[in-house]
Amino acid sequence: MSTLTTTTPGAPPPKKVNRIGLEVLNYKGSKTTLCAGCGHNSISERIVECFYELGVEPWTVAKFSGIGCSSKSPAYFLGMSHGFNAVHGRMPAIATGALLANRNLLGLGVSGDGDTASIGIGQFMHMVRRNMPMIYVIEDNGVYGLTKGQFSATADLGSTLKTGTVNDLPPFDCCALALRWGATFVARSFSGDKRQMQAIFKTAIAHKGLSVIDIISPCVTFNDHQGSTKSYSYMKDHETMLQDLDFVPFFDEISVEIPEGEVTDVELHDGSHLRIRKLHRDFDPTNRLASLELLEEAEGKGEVLTGVLYLNTSKPTFLEHLNLTDEPVATLPESRIRPPKAALEQVMEELR
Amino acid sequence: MSTLEVSPADTQPGQSSHAVTNDFSIQIATVNGSGSQTANSVLMRSLFQMGIPVSGKNMFPSNIAGLPTWFTIRASKHGYIGRRKEIDFLVAMNPETAREDVMNLESGAAVVYDEPLKLDAFRSDLNFYPVPFDKLVAAVCPEAKLRKLVRNMIYDGVVAQLLSIEMPEVHKALSKQFGKKKAKAVELNWGACQAGFEYAARTFTKTDPFRVERMNATAGKIIIDGNAACALGCMFAGVTVVTWYPITPSSSLVETLMGYMRRFRHDPETGKATYAIVQAEDELASIGMALGAGWAGARSMTSTAGPGISLMSEFIGLGYYADIPTVVFDVERVGPSTGLPTRTQQGDLMSAAFLSHGDTKHPMMFPSSPEECFSMSVEAFNFAERFQTPVFVMTDLDLGMNNWMSDAFEYPEAPIDRGKVLTAEDLEKLGGFARYKDLDGDGVGYRTLPGTNHPKASYFTRGSGHNEKAQYTEREDDYINNMDRLAHKFEAMRKHVPESVVRIAEKAKIGFVAIGTSDYAVRESCDQLKSEYDIDASYLRLRAYPFTEQLLDFIGRHERVYVVDQNRDAQLLGLMRLELDVSLIAKLRSLRYYGGLPLDARTVTDEIVKQEGK
Repeated sequence: MSTLTTTTPGAPPPKKVNRIGLEVLNYKGSKTTLCAGCGHNSISERIVECFYELGVEPWTVAKFSGIGCSSKSPAYFLGMSHGFNAVHGRMPAIATGALLANRNLLGLGVSGDGDTASIGIGQFMHMVRRNMPMIYVIEDNGVYGLTKGQFSATADLGSTLKTGTVNDLPPFDCCALALRWGATFVARSFSGDKRQMQAIFKTAIAHKGLSVIDIISPCVTFNDHQGSTKSYSYMKDHETMLQDLDFVPFFDEISVEIPEGEVTDVELHDGSHLRIRKLHRDFDPTNRLASLELLEEAEGKGEVLTGVLYLNTSKPTFLEHLNLTDEPVATLPESRIRPPKAALEQVMEELR
Repeated sequence: MSTLEVSPADTQPGQSSHAVTNDFSIQIATVNGSGSQTANSVLMRSLFQMGIPVSGKNMFPSNIAGLPTWFTIRASKHGYIGRRKEIDFLVAMNPETAREDVMNLESGAAVVYDEPLKLDAFRSDLNFYPVPFDKLVAAVCPEAKLRKLVRNMIYDGVVAQLLSIEMPEVHKALSKQFGKKKAKAVELNWGACQAGFEYAARTFTKTDPFRVERMNATAGKIIIDGNAACALGCMFAGVTVVTWYPITPSSSLVETLMGYMRRFRHDPETGKATYAIVQAEDELASIGMALGAGWAGARSMTSTAGPGISLMSEFIGLGYYADIPTVVFDVERVGPSTGLPTRTQQGDLMSAAFLSHGDTKHPMMFPSSPEECFSMSVEAFNFAERFQTPVFVMTDLDLGMNNWMSDAFEYPEAPIDRGKVLTAEDLEKLGGFARYKDLDGDGVGYRTLPGTNHPKASYFTRGSGHNEKAQYTEREDDYINNMDRLAHKFEAMRKHVPESVVRIAEKAKIGFVAIGTSDYAVRESCDQLKSEYDIDASYLRLRAYPFTEQLLDFIGRHERVYVVDQNRDAQLLGLMRLELDVSLIAKLRSLRYYGGLPLDARTVTDEIVKQEGK
């Protein structure tokens, strides 16, 4: 069942559809209630585009979020996907449970920096440790918006609030944590960079393990001032793009020759390819140690590195560790989840 | 009547003329970590195999090795398997507690003890049987490092000889304990057991009255603990996602479940699991995963105890408010805080009933036996999906971790009830759905599972305000409608929860209301009250919350109703107060015990006699 037919005889010219016959409209959600200019809205738009362009069946996607501005956003994209807005900092548990129940779901989690790095650091780390197969997006603005402008745990040392209060604690770098402790695709981007975000999202959709994507997404109301390190202007001055990324979906024929030496081509789980063209420095994103070193170095220099920080396509996911049956356990028939009477009789005999 | 057929005063040391047969309790005092569990289980099982109703209670410290532990075995020809306060037969192996153990005995009791402890110096009114354990064990176990492990088996032999337990049954129990693969261990232990038996036979003249005699009261029955029974119930309920965090006394529930699932829930062809069991990082995560799984259509569960219940509070409110099924097992222990983690209590009734902030209330089931642990576990999964809400199965340490004699479990013949779930075909016919619309008048809406292959299948689940279509709303009327629907759903549950078990005594002016493991003490106390004080008492055993009409009728027909609570603050009575009419509340009296041991009949009887002014 399923594909919506969008053409009827005698109607105006057919609307543009993707490879499964859906319009981009079918990937949208309800109208955003976030502030005009909020980075999160740009991220929602990229999600809509990427899922549309790749022709992902929206009913195979489950959206998850915690609490906060970022966590409201799943209502604003993929309206044909089930969504679950959980409690503060504990979206990973809900997502983990849902994906255990139905391993065929494509899990898409959207969280914020407070939801992930402050209240949610525990569940975040355990999700990372499990390499839980899902996409986990951090819409990172370094500040609590819904409670009107307090620091979160990703706020940089020395950055200031609108009130002038200086942050005197160092930040958690969620990308460093994720790649050190088990995530298999780790990237950082900027909500203002449409092209980079698209390549990263599409890679995440094709990747079979945990994708952690930290996106600097300025809060125009509480953290876009002088003194903020998560503002549009700060990013303009401090962002360093690591690579030029090009995503080639599995359904497109690869025609262009890859120039040797400059571009690394990584084949992803579903047959898609990510082509990584190095920019300023020599850095291999399949080398975890090199990534950590690079992040450490950038922090010292006050640079915000964006691009693919780590990609590992071979590490088994948590679901693979569990030796789960191929079908979703949630909908197995009774005959497969209730052992026969003889099994109970056998156990009873052992207990006599 | 029964337990006091022969009061200790009637029995003087040296007299065994008044034989007390199949009606006494044995207490074995050891140090934890000394491997006494095998010896104790074998002793209990030997009595069981001789057809004598039996129960075993382990009183152990929250510690790995070195602290005192007591195991009590009660044999009762009348079938009373609750705790008996009085100890008739002591096996004193722990030097730390030996003096106190002996001083607490009533006159006429028997004491088997490690000879160097010289316990006979403390009392002259007991029957003493000193045993040189070290000497005996050295003779049967040449390997010094194994001696500690088999030393305790010697007392099994001594006790068997003194009580006339049939040795072939001891051997059979021992073989069962170790299984076929450990023939060597059986042989070694059996040697120690025989050494004890022979030592007793040639050394002691029996001076105490206690003995056993073969009966036929355990045929077909099994021995199992409540956690294992719940585990079996979960497996036969068709559980598919289990997420948990270790905590005493609930850990063995999931650990036992893992063992059974490995045996019975892997696809015979592919070897793959038809379930997932995940040890979460904490209870915040275990309940979150269980809810995520329940939302996605799994039969999900978690298992915990009081501290875990506290941590689950926020998520449970979301489960309630967003209509998500899951099953939570609460094997209660003594709180608050860390409390007494290895002692029993019914202390989480209030917190579970209203867990979370705002207006919340949750159904609870109260099994009192392994059979009910099994059948109610099956029932709880159906109930959770039928009513789309978290369901609590409230057991306690006494039920969960102690070994109980039980009838064999009956296979659940009724098909699994997955509740109101719309498929893609349903959606095609209906053209859409409103997630929280009460179409059937029971407060339960129709849901779809994520992954349902239809463009109209999706809806958004949230803990924030939502209307019938699951859309975000802060409107006053939407909020009230939804909360009223949830209240109505709770009311609708009353007709579907397990019914109470009611025993009316014809002339009774008083009645008992109790739940769970209080059952054993209350039933025995009813008999004591009748035979010793000529007091008739009726008894209603509640098996679920919300309460049913039966409770109102029961209170209505009696003058005074004693509500039995294994907690300080009369939580069960408190729950009743919240919803009963004042005329009924006026009849309620409280009978509470909260010392952490399994409730015993004598405590109940004494309290009733006191309150009734007899």
